[in-house]
Amino acid sequence: MAKILNVHNLKKTYKSGDRELTVLDEISFAIEEGDTFAIVGPSGSGKTTLLGLCAGLDQIDSGTIELCGSELGTIDEDQRALLRNRHVGFIFQDFQLLPTLTALENVSVPLELQSGKNAGIKARELLGKVGLADRIHHYPSQLSGGEQQRVALARAFSNSPSILFADEPTGNLDEETGEKVVDLLFELNKEAGTTLVIVTHDLELAKKNQHILRLKGGKIVANGNIVLS
Amino acid sequence: MNDFHVYIRKTNLNWLVRMAFRDGRASSRRLVLFMASIVLGIAAVVSIQSFSENLKESIQGQSKALMGADYLIDSNQSPNETVLSIIDSLGGAQAKEVKFVSMAAFPKGNTTKLIQVRGIEGDFPFYGELETTPESAGREYARENGALVDATVMLQFQLQKGDSIKIGNLTFPIIGSLKSAPGSTAISASVAPPVIIPYHFIEATGLLQKGSRVGYNYYFTAKADTDLDKLYQEVDPKLDLENADMDTHVQTSQRLGRRYENVGKFLNLVAFIALLLGCVGIASSVHIYIKEKLKTVAVLKCLGATRKQTFLIYLIQIITLGFIGGLLGALAGLALQQLFPIIFQEFLPFEVQVTLSAQPVILGLLLGISMSVLFALSPLLGTWYVSPLQVLRIQEGVNTKFRKMSVFVMVLILIFVYLFSFWLLKSWSLALAFVLGIVVTFSVLSGIATLFMKFIKKFFPSSWGFIARQSLLNLYRPNNQTMVLILAIGVGTFLISTLYFTKDILLAKTTLDESNQNPNIILLDVQTQQKEDIVNSLVPKGFPIIDNIPIVTMRLHSIKGREINDMRSDSVTTMNKWILYHEFRVTYRDSLVASETLMEGEWVAENNQIDKPIPISLSDNVAADAQVTLGDIIVFNVQGVLMETVVSSIRKVDWARMQLNFSIVFPKGVLENAPQFNILTTNVGDESSSAQLQRELVRRFPNVSIIDLRQVITIIEGILDKISWAINFMALFSIFTGIIVLIGSVRNSKYQRIKESVLLRTMGARSQQILKITALEYLYLGVLGSSTGILLSLLGSQLLAVFVFETSFVPAMEPFSILLPGITLLVLAIGLFNSRSVIRSSPLQVLRKEMG
Repeated sequence: MAKILNVHNLKKTYKSGDRELTVLDEISFAIEEGDTFAIVGPSGSGKTTLLGLCAGLDQIDSGTIELCGSELGTIDEDQRALLRNRHVGFIFQDFQLLPTLTALENVSVPLELQSGKNAGIKARELLGKVGLADRIHHYPSQLSGGEQQRVALARAFSNSPSILFADEPTGNLDEETGEKVVDLLFELNKEAGTTLVIVTHDLELAKKNQHILRLKGGKIVANGNIVLS
Repeated sequence: MNDFHVYIRKTNLNWLVRMAFRDGRASSRRLVLFMASIVLGIAAVVSIQSFSENLKESIQGQSKALMGADYLIDSNQSPNETVLSIIDSLGGAQAKEVKFVSMAAFPKGNTTKLIQVRGIEGDFPFYGELETTPESAGREYARENGALVDATVMLQFQLQKGDSIKIGNLTFPIIGSLKSAPGSTAISASVAPPVIIPYHFIEATGLLQKGSRVGYNYYFTAKADTDLDKLYQEVDPKLDLENADMDTHVQTSQRLGRRYENVGKFLNLVAFIALLLGCVGIASSVHIYIKEKLKTVAVLKCLGATRKQTFLIYLIQIITLGFIGGLLGALAGLALQQLFPIIFQEFLPFEVQVTLSAQPVILGLLLGISMSVLFALSPLLGTWYVSPLQVLRIQEGVNTKFRKMSVFVMVLILIFVYLFSFWLLKSWSLALAFVLGIVVTFSVLSGIATLFMKFIKKFFPSSWGFIARQSLLNLYRPNNQTMVLILAIGVGTFLISTLYFTKDILLAKTTLDESNQNPNIILLDVQTQQKEDIVNSLVPKGFPIIDNIPIVTMRLHSIKGREINDMRSDSVTTMNKWILYHEFRVTYRDSLVASETLMEGEWVAENNQIDKPIPISLSDNVAADAQVTLGDIIVFNVQGVLMETVVSSIRKVDWARMQLNFSIVFPKGVLENAPQFNILTTNVGDESSSAQLQRELVRRFPNVSIIDLRQVITIIEGILDKISWAINFMALFSIFTGIIVLIGSVRNSKYQRIKESVLLRTMGARSQQILKITALEYLYLGVLGSSTGILLSLLGSQLLAVFVFETSFVPAMEPFSILLPGITLLVLAIGLFNSRSVIRSSPLQVLRKEMG
């Protein structure tokens, strides 16, 4: 299988006052198309930073990241935006729906950005799949947390991404709702054949993936396949 | 990445507009407030601009009616043979007029008044009309040998048609009241209202005596194909040599136009300040609005939107607001200009036709869009530089590129403001002074706001109670509105109090000292043979003769050996030419008076040397205009006798002082035997004694004009009141804009305030405590903003007093005792009123309503 994400010798530092903090160091790994991949680790281990870098949301200090055939260090922000729009989907812990847009409009945005025709039809279809057909004209503030995350799921899959990054997708949900959302995520992912990268500290959720990468203090402490019991 | 360009092209304008609309609809209330910030400013600018245009058009359209003829020849002396032959060569005047100021008596109420007598012969006016009541009076007064009396005078003395007016030796029946006439200006009419009588009676009034300031006008109509400019070029130089002048209706209207243009420019600036204040409001509101939107922008970038796209979404919102604000402002401005003829009617000697045109609407739209975009650009750039990573974590710190761009935007704003000011003022230097004034005022206010916040931070009164501490903390919390509120309050207060102080300075110069040592009645044109009789009728009644000033009229014959006639035809000379044509009224005395200070040379009290030139004293402005210095020789023509003089001293004269001032003063011992007349001054206790004295003097000495300084001051006060009313009217726009900015700022900070209030409430704070915290916060802002505004205006007024009005300035207490508490209370009321939902509602309600 081809590699959809290839990270080599990645390093990232941040300035905190006069000090320079190394958040990620010597990070190398690869993800094959269609894989499900979990990044786990304690708070402050660099999980979210790694996800941001892999998705082209931030710039690396050294090393390389190749995402969907493009080396992120060599393209500018607008080209990365195009790459994200064409190939990447996102799910965030706090949903990050646009508060001024209805559920339908939120899901339509990635498609509209592609100038895709029938954005509305496809968005309705996806909202139907996540069980929100009757809530399409509601604003995020009129939806519960679980419903908001389902809208976010529909939005993440709307542009038929090659790879989907999920940052703590159940972090803001209760256990029962979280489980439902996770089930839906894996179901949609399976259906679309998308590569899935989940950042989580929930080991149960991590175990649902084919691969787990463990981070600690900004370094990889384990990278391997899950032994399915 | 060719795909990239295809991608950008594909996400077309439609989507950007749709996103701008979708994003804006949830914030529509706040966006309406941004828009409202500029509506009033634009309305003010558009209305003044539009009205100025109407004024210009009206003056141009009515130029003939304003003069009453195509052109005229005027002179301040009875025209000589040459002038009369020029008049004949032009086909003879179709109408002539003699006018002068004199006293008139009204037998009906036994009252007197200083008036301007206009003796007219012929069918004047040829254009426009004598607007009278009854309407036919303008055509009938000459046939009926009667007078047309100014409508205000008729009203003041309750006169009716058929009553009589005594001018000099003659009594005329009043044929009608005169509402307007070509050649009478509103301001001059308020000092000496016009009375029109037939020309052939002037001689018989006996008022044309020595020293009388008389104007002679000869009115002409021209054939349609006459080139008036060419005629002027031919005739005027010849007339100049004979102390006469030609004026065409075009020149007169241009002069009048320029006068009103200057007033228009000033009012435009006042209006522009309102717009700038609104723009500061926009900048501040957009700053907070965009800050709240940065997360949305980051999400959009995550989803694949480019920097340009996200920037354009918000730019479209601002352009739309600017467009709607501009349109509303322009429409409001057009509606407002309908009021202007009423507001300015006291100053306009003609009717202004208010017309609607597309130009002001275009101006309003351009201003609305350009000002909104310029002032919102800096915060808008935040969308360009925000990283999509903001979705995952908040990034602090300001991008250096963003900082550089913000400086660039600031420079752009200054250039725009400068260019617009130049367009309004048509002067690079005045525009620069205006921009510098604005920059200094805004910088001082924002500097004080910054210092205030730093001061609180550094010397935070930790020992104060919770409520006082919390209200102080609010002033420098993140996203605080301290700066913009102090700017809005400060600029508004600054404008009101500066207008107040300026009016004070102007009025202070006209105040009369109430002691009986200072004259309050001036008797003009007292002939030598009348002097004794007048003195005898004043002194026994207890009215002392305070001044007895002899006046000798003379003209220049030569300056520094060069004859005046030669200098008149010199087109290269840089000398101020009024000097060459002026009939000077000169006095002689042995000492300086209170309004004079010796600048250069030696004051000569009495001239004892017969063979040498007579040492005279010149005022500094005449010396400068005549380009003479100490020791220069000037020869005067004193009614046919040439007198050689030498400039022995130069004086500074305070012309604004309410007393008789002279530009040329001779020493004693020279002019005593020259033909002369006198000005006497006295002090009369009260107004009824003054009226009684005036009646008696007018009866016995009809040629003597009497000026009651108290009445003049009342008139000046009235004029200043009218002017300040017009200026205050324009200043109101700034004040209302300030209030809108204030409301906008309060509502902007409301979202942050709600979070804090909710937290405080959940921790057990009572409504009253939250109310007190909010009230105290606005109290600090109100006091600081308004006191800074007043102090700035004190400084500005002091500068105006010293450099413009050249006088001392004693500030009145009203701005401190009324304005400061008044504005503070207003700020407090607006602050509390707009925070009432935060104060009243329960935490949960507030959270649901405001955050949802």
